[in-house]
Amino acid sequence: MTAPLLEVESLDAGYGPSDVLHGVSFTVGEGGITTVLGANGAGKTTLLRAVCGLIRRRGRVRFGGTAIESKATEDIVRLGLAHVPDGRGTFVQLSAEENLRVGAITRRDRRGVAADMERMYGYFPRLRERRHQQAGTLSGGEQQMLAIARALMLRPRLLVLDEPSFGLAPLIVRDIFAIMRTVNREERVGILLVEQNAKLALELADTAYLLETGRVVTGGPAAQLRDDETIRRAYLGY
Amino acid sequence: MEGFLHQILSGLATGGIYAAIALSLVMIYQATHHINFAQGEMAMFSTYLAWMMIDAGLPYWVAFAGTVALSFVLGVLIERIVIRPVEHAPVLSVVIVFIALLVILNSLAGWIFSYTIKTFPSPFTWQGSQNGYLSPHELGTIGVTLIVLTALFLFFRFTSLGLAMRAAAQNPVSSRLAGIRVGWMLALGWGLAAAIGAIAGMMIAPVVYLDPNMMAGVMLYAFAAALLGGIDNPFGAVVGGFVVGVVENLAGAYVVGTELKLTVALVLIIGVLLFRPTGLFGRRYVTRV
Repeated sequence: MTAPLLEVESLDAGYGPSDVLHGVSFTVGEGGITTVLGANGAGKTTLLRAVCGLIRRRGRVRFGGTAIESKATEDIVRLGLAHVPDGRGTFVQLSAEENLRVGAITRRDRRGVAADMERMYGYFPRLRERRHQQAGTLSGGEQQMLAIARALMLRPRLLVLDEPSFGLAPLIVRDIFAIMRTVNREERVGILLVEQNAKLALELADTAYLLETGRVVTGGPAAQLRDDETIRRAYLGY
Repeated sequence: MEGFLHQILSGLATGGIYAAIALSLVMIYQATHHINFAQGEMAMFSTYLAWMMIDAGLPYWVAFAGTVALSFVLGVLIERIVIRPVEHAPVLSVVIVFIALLVILNSLAGWIFSYTIKTFPSPFTWQGSQNGYLSPHELGTIGVTLIVLTALFLFFRFTSLGLAMRAAAQNPVSSRLAGIRVGWMLALGWGLAAAIGAIAGMMIAPVVYLDPNMMAGVMLYAFAAALLGGIDNPFGAVVGGFVVGVVENLAGAYVVGTELKLTVALVLIIGVLLFRPTGLFGRRYVTRV
């Protein structure tokens, strides 16, 4: 494997005085897909927030060779890390198209932004139909598409996704995962994916980690976790 | 009939000023969910700065531009130095800070410039169009207000920075995740609000004269305007401003007389809060969860 795009080493993080994560370590390879699995409350969302600097954290985090553990969120994002937060983070009062423009707000290449917007409408034709609609009135699936498209407008090197399948119909989930695969293959965008739907996530990812009450209990090639029946039964429930 | 028309038109002129101040209130409210009670005193202080520059011999429009720029900087500084430390404080603490700011600016102006009432020049002194309906200053005020409102609309609607400010006001966390420096956007909002207030102050000063308490009445009308339009709606604030200006003028001329004019603002505020707390245009945004 080449040098990792994201390297997290013994990360502690939490809210208020108490820690939720304890010594978490994992990597995302350059152009790779890593998934972090775990039950409700295992600390998956907290992990993503800690990587992006949204909460208090301690440990080592390197992104593309740069230490980011003490950088502000805005600066981490500007290095090319796009985070689709849980709840999608839609700007509900802006139009769909304005949401996409916000995603590209740090970019100065107008032509590139316009081209990327067309590309997003290519991935998600529904968004083109709704481009002038107030984003809060879009359906859950459309808002998830919008959130991913908004993140991709940054031209990120790493796309961080927090439960993109949450609350969506299976057909829409399949579409979204297909597009994630395309983006990863064609644009070499690394993906860090947190999911409840372990089966789907393990099919997409090359590397997987299992998080339990704030600790990594096991990790390795996704195929290995998929084939290990004890792990599957005990943690993944299928 | 001619008198009636005159009352409406000059109501629109003062209404424009209420609209401008109401708009600066709404801008800060949208971003922080706080009402800046010191908005009027900031505008008053800016007007004194303009007076100083004019008194020093600068041409009116140079002083005007200088005041707007300086007020913008002062607005940014106030946010950075005074408001930032109480960003996460309970709402009452913030209100106290606003009131302190109000009293400090008021006393500072009295201390530096004295409480003696001063005249403030109007730049609109042409004699050509004496049509009897509007004085040149009223006509000029309407013009300036419309230019300010149009410029703001274009800024927020079509520029990247305007979009970033709107995004930061709506969803700070998502904005940070898009790389927007949310803190600076808030400071910028304060700067803009202070600049708008400065323009409003310079437009109203020739009418109400310049003294540290000049904005007390104006602020009440502006509050009424912002509430009437819907405190979270910039468009509503503008409409509210013009409506309040006209209603105030008509009520003063035909109903309650000039002495009781200010009560109109208070009645409006209470009426809106009682019967329609969202105001006329306080949209309810549809959200899917």
